[in-house]
Order: sequence, then C-alpha cells, then structure tokens
Amino acid sequence: MYLNKFKLIDHGIHGFLFLCVSVTFVTTGTVVWILGQESFVFFQSINLFDFLLGTRWEPLLDPKSFGVLPLVCGTLMIVVGAIIVAVPAGILIAAYLNEFCSPKLSSIIKPVIEILAGIPTIVYGYFALTFITPAFKMLFPDMGVFNALSAGIVVGIMILPMISSLCDDAFRAVPSDIREGAYALGATPYEVITQVIMPAAKSRIAASIVLAVSRAIGETMAVTLAAGATPRMTFNPLESIQTITAYIVQVSLGDTPRGGIEYQTCFAVGALLFFMTLIMNMIGNHFLHSKTVGK
Amino acid sequence: MVEARYRKQRFFLVLCRSVTFAAVLVLSILIIHILLEGVSYLRWDFFTNFPSRFPHKAGLKSALYGSAWVISMTALFSVPLGVASALYLEEYAPKKRYINWVQINILNLAGTPSIVYGLLGLAIFVRFFGLDRSLWSGSLTLTLLILPVIIISSQEAIRAVPDSIRHAAYSVGARKFQVAFGQVLPAALPGIMTGLILAISRAVGETAPLIMIGALSYVAFVPEGPWDSFTSLPIQIYNWAGRPQAAFHGIAGAGIIVLLVFLFVMNFGAVMVRQRFQRYRN
Amino acid sequence: MKEIEEEIALKVRNLSIFYGETCAIDDVSLDFKKNKVTAIIGPSGCGKSTMLRSFNRMNDFYPTVVTKGNVSLENAELYGEEIDPIDVRRNIGMVFQRPNPFPKTIYQNIVWGPKINGFLKDPEELVETSLKRSALWEEVKDRLHESALDLSGGQQQRLCIARAIAMNPEIILMDEPCSALDPRATARIESLIGELRSRYTILVVTHNMQQASRISDDTVFLFEGKLIEHGPTKTIFTKPKMQKTEDYITGRFG
Repeated sequence: MYLNKFKLIDHGIHGFLFLCVSVTFVTTGTVVWILGQESFVFFQSINLFDFLLGTRWEPLLDPKSFGVLPLVCGTLMIVVGAIIVAVPAGILIAAYLNEFCSPKLSSIIKPVIEILAGIPTIVYGYFALTFITPAFKMLFPDMGVFNALSAGIVVGIMILPMISSLCDDAFRAVPSDIREGAYALGATPYEVITQVIMPAAKSRIAASIVLAVSRAIGETMAVTLAAGATPRMTFNPLESIQTITAYIVQVSLGDTPRGGIEYQTCFAVGALLFFMTLIMNMIGNHFLHSKTVGK
Repeated sequence: MVEARYRKQRFFLVLCRSVTFAAVLVLSILIIHILLEGVSYLRWDFFTNFPSRFPHKAGLKSALYGSAWVISMTALFSVPLGVASALYLEEYAPKKRYINWVQINILNLAGTPSIVYGLLGLAIFVRFFGLDRSLWSGSLTLTLLILPVIIISSQEAIRAVPDSIRHAAYSVGARKFQVAFGQVLPAALPGIMTGLILAISRAVGETAPLIMIGALSYVAFVPEGPWDSFTSLPIQIYNWAGRPQAAFHGIAGAGIIVLLVFLFVMNFGAVMVRQRFQRYRN
Repeated sequence: MKEIEEEIALKVRNLSIFYGETCAIDDVSLDFKKNKVTAIIGPSGCGKSTMLRSFNRMNDFYPTVVTKGNVSLENAELYGEEIDPIDVRRNIGMVFQRPNPFPKTIYQNIVWGPKINGFLKDPEELVETSLKRSALWEEVKDRLHESALDLSGGQQQRLCIARAIAMNPEIILMDEPCSALDPRATARIESLIGELRSRYTILVVTHNMQQASRISDDTVFLFEGKLIEHGPTKTIFTKPKMQKTEDYITGRFG
C-alpha cells in the first residue's frame, strides 16, 4: 500500500534530516573535547597560573617560558585598534544611511560597505604590509615593518561593515512612531539619533560591538602578515607583536613533532581563544536577538 | 540657542558624510593599490606556471587547481548538509527548548574563529582519521567552517516562504516531506542559492584552516585525486606576501587580483540570482 | 408531498474545540447535507473558521488545539485512532481566505496534489476539467505554463478552487473565499459556488450575510462557539427561530 510507504518515507526523512543537524552539535562537542584533552595534557607539565599570568612566551627555544600574557596583550592591542577605527565609524555610517541618506544613495553605499566585508583577510594583511605600514613609516620612521598599528587599523576596516550593518538594522528596528514623534517636536536629526534612536537601540549596538570584538580576537591572516611574530608585553603600537592566532599559524608552518609540547601549546592557547570568543558570542547573540525596548 | 543646535546638527551631518565617504575611499585605495602592485605580473604564464624561487617565473597553476579541487569538494559536502539541516530546523524541529540550544550552538559556531576549525581539522581529520594533508582534510575542515553560515542563511530563506503556501500544500493531502521538498524548498531556492554562493566565496578566501591541516606552500604539482596534497590560492598569496623581496610582493598582488576577480564574479552571480527570482516573491 | 430523505455528507456530534484553556467551539452537533451549499455565519471570533478547519484536520498544526467529540464523513470518524489526517484532507478540500496558489505554473498548481497522492492519470485532461469546472479555462487555456502569480486576485482564487477540485473531494470547505476580492470577482465566485453544488458538498464560512443569503441552501449560525440555529437559508433569514439569530441578522450586533 503506497500510503504506508509514504508514511515510512516521511519518518525516514525526518531521521535523516536530524542526522544532518546533529553534525553541528557533534562539531561543538568535538571542538571542546579536542581543546580540552590537549590542554589537559599541557597543564600536566605547565602550571596553569604560570600560563595565565606569566609575561614571557617562549615555548620553542630554550630557556622555555609559557606565560601567555604577551600573546593576549598582542591580541588586545589589535582589538583596541580595530575598535577605535570601527565603532565610531560604523555607528556614524549607520546613522548616515538611516537618517540622512537618500534611498538611491544608500543603495549604492550599502553594497560598497558589504564589499569591504567580503574581502578575504589575507588581502587586508597584504594591504597593511605593503601600503599602510610604509605610509605610516613616513610619519613614524622608527616604526617596524611589522607592527600592531597597521594590523589594528586593517582589522578595524574588516569589522566595520559588521558594526555598520548590525547598527543599521538596530536603528531600523526602532518603531517609526517614536522617531516621528521626536521630529514632530522639532528635534534635529542629530538630536533624534543621539537622544532617541541610539538609546532605544543601545542593547543591539552593544551586541554588535561585542560580536565585532569577538571577530577581531579571532582574526588570523591579517595579523599574521602584518603584526609580526614577536610575542612581547608592550603597549606601543609601533612595535612588532604576536597575537594568539598568529602564534598558532607560526607553529603549524614549522616542523612540530607530533604530541610534543609545542603541538600542545597550540591547543592550550586555542582553548583560551575559543573560550574568549565563545563568551563574547553568547553575550552578543543574546542581546542581539532579545527584544528591543522602544522607550 | 537654536543656532547652537543647528550648528551641532550641521557638524554631525558633515561628520557622518565624511566617514562614509572615507570608507568608500579606503576601498578604492585598497583596490587601486593592489592593482598597481600586481597588474604588471599578470601574464598568461602566470596562470600556467608553478611557483618558483624566481618571482618572474612563478605562477599560480598549482594554487588554482588546488583551490578548484578543495572548493568543489567543500561545496559537495557542505551544501546538502547545510540545506538539509536548515530544512530540519524550520520544517521538522519541534518547538521545544532544546531546539533553541541547537540554534544558539549554530550561532556560536558561526562566530568561532577559523583557526579553531583549523585546529579541529588538524586533530580530527589529519591525525585521528589519518587523512594527512590531503584534499579530504582540507575540504572537510572547510565544510565544518562554512556549515553554520549556510544553515543560518538557508533558514532565513526558508522562513521567508509564507505559511499560506504550506497550508495550501497540506490542504491537498500532502505529507510533511512533500510540503518541504515539493513546495517550500523550491520556493526558498533563490534565497538559499544566494546564501550558498556567499558562503562558498568565504571558503575560497580562507587561509588559516588550510595552513593548519598542512596544505603546503611550495607545491609544484597539481592534485589528481582527493587523497593528494595540495595548495590553494590564498596560501600561495600568503607565501609570496611573506617574503621580503619586493618582486614577490608584486606577484602576491597579482594573485590577489585573481582572487578578487573570482570573488567579484561569484558575488555578482549571487546578486543576479536574487534579482532574477525576485519577481516570484508575492 | 413525500419528503425525500436528503443524504448527509458530514455528521458532527458534540464537537468541542479548545485553544489551551479557551473554548472556541462548545458542544456543537449538526448534519451537513450532501450536494448543498451550507453557509456558516456569525460574529467575529465566534469560532466559524476554527470549526471549519477541524473538518479537514488543519487544526492539527496548532499544537495547543484540543478537539473533542466526533466528525464523520460517510461513517468514517475523521478523528478516529487509525485515521490518517492525509486521507481526510484528500477527501475534504479547502479554499482559503486569501488566494494562495503555489508559486509555480497554473498547470503545476492543478496537478501537484494528485501527483503526490499517486492518482494522477491524465494530467492534460485533469487540468482542463478542473479549470472548466472552476470557470477559469477560457481565460488561461493559452497560458497554462505561465506563473500562477501573474493572475489577478479573482483568477487566483478560482485557480485555488480548481486545485481543490482536482483532488476530487467529497466536500469543499471555503473560509471567507471572497473577502480579499473585489465585487466583480466576488460575483463570479458566488455564481461558481452555485454551479459546483451539483458535484460537491460546499461549506462556506462568511461574515457577509447578504452573501450567505445569496449563495446557500442551508445556514448555520454560531455565536461564541455555540450552535444557535441551523436550517434552510430562507427560513433563517425570514423567520428565524431564535432571538439571537434575529438580532444578528438584523444587525443589532456585528
């Protein structure tokens, strides 16, 4: 009876589709397992506090030291630089597209901003190395070929579209009667944006910044090319530094014996990286998808 | 008093305009700079040569073949998996609490740095499954990387299909899989395809995960099967860009031009797909 | 004059439908006569659409809905244990308030239902017959393979009727089929409903009383989920038995 056959097919397909989705949580489980397992082995030989609080990172050459703070510091500098570039610009662009721009103009500008988002990170690294650094060198002759400033700027350009598009959505989501009410009271667009729209959208704006930070933390190729491979505790953006991600790339390009301590360092810092971005993603996504209050 | 307000407004408007203009300017500078750096190296044999110690003899042949192979395999795995998962989540999943966690998990995976996927690929595909530095490892790793992106965009496309179509389908005695595959999926297809093209172009530009699984940077052969090792266009670019000689920077620029042209064509295709099927939206 | 025993198409006994705690239909029992048009009227929110949807088990898609009592089509209890809802929907078709043709060609709209149910024999003939019976054939016969979404609202609704007819149902349910259409299209569909009754039993939910009195043989009046009155349309509209019916008919409340 074909009737029963179809019922069976329906159940079979349901099961098959579920199997497909299960790949996603198997992936997460595997990531956690792998990072955890290798880190566990790593922390058998290295003290956790030495790792988290130590200020010298030299895992490959003797005398070895496994303090991760230089890498964290390097990552932080990039993130700070990127945020300084991307957040004000992203919000201003979103404001412009929302309140000031004609629809025709915005239909040109939006794709242009999206193009910035679609350019691969390696291209940005190249741009930082071959254009931005030489340009800055004219201002700062002491600047190294590899430095945090160029890398930070370029990562900022990379995450700018993310902030501007999320803020644009956030501004749009503010109910139009609130906006119109403010205009009816004689407010200037500047006042409407800064005193009405932005406060109403503040949780989404914050979420977009958090997510952009997460993206900046995880950024790899641009910083590998442009920021350098010298882990050091410094807040001087003109110097060469190394981020967590760049370190992992460096190790995998070299000859690392399997199961050796160097191999495990990748997973230990990888675990730290994953943990940091996970927290930021959860916070960001939570506020992004929660209801905005229109008051 | 009113003067001050209008001055502030004027200033703000100018600020917004300048920043927006600056962003467009930056993009233009970027493109022009790359063109200037690389265009002189774009000769026919740039595409047919293998990499070489001599920048003027170096070419993209192995990188182009490698990228073609790894992206095709990635698309082969990730597209069915991603669309099927999205179909499940939108049409089949019960509206219960634990499904929310599945969604949250997918969002987190989408935001996980690509290098973590590289570590995953290294530990699981290269080491545990013993696939070594083959196209299998590379494509499976990239599949996991873009899978969440495909799922999210496909879900949006499926969600956009109005419920009235589902009701109509059920009312003529259709079963769930007939509604899902016979009406919902075809209706969502343009949106899904746009998302697929964007996800795959993301995979094309990815470097870190492939470096992690051991894709080589100096490859003088083209892969002939999925068990072969390979290199890819971004990796080749990275390799050249990292060298100190200016000429290598030049061919890196040329490689970037090739990459960007390809991405531009793909994205243009996505926009065309979206436009062409727009008229079927009711 | 001997009264001819009129056949019953759909038997409803003690039907109650709940959305969670709220009662939408309260212990309704009635018979729908075969090959007649029955109008279901009542103020907004009285449960008409809910009841209509229960007849082809479309309420199954709303998880909070609980259905008690029974509905039978020719001695088969539609909510029985062994009954497959798909079977029910094969025999009871539905036309919705807003025209909802599939985003496919006119031809595909008609043949899809029979095809997936495995009884598509002669597609060309089926398409022609269904479109002729829904008074659409002349207008679309030269563009069967064009998109259904290019048709006007009234044409789309007639296409939806043709789609329902293609399944060869016993009963066709219509949920305010004209409320999204202009007066001309409405008039065409109303006359179509009259023609269809010779082959099908038709149940029409409508909030338009004039329409009900124009097109139906029998009328059912619901109020706050309860069955107030049920009888021949002429009687309901000229000599209603219940005070509430009269109040509603004369417009004392909406």
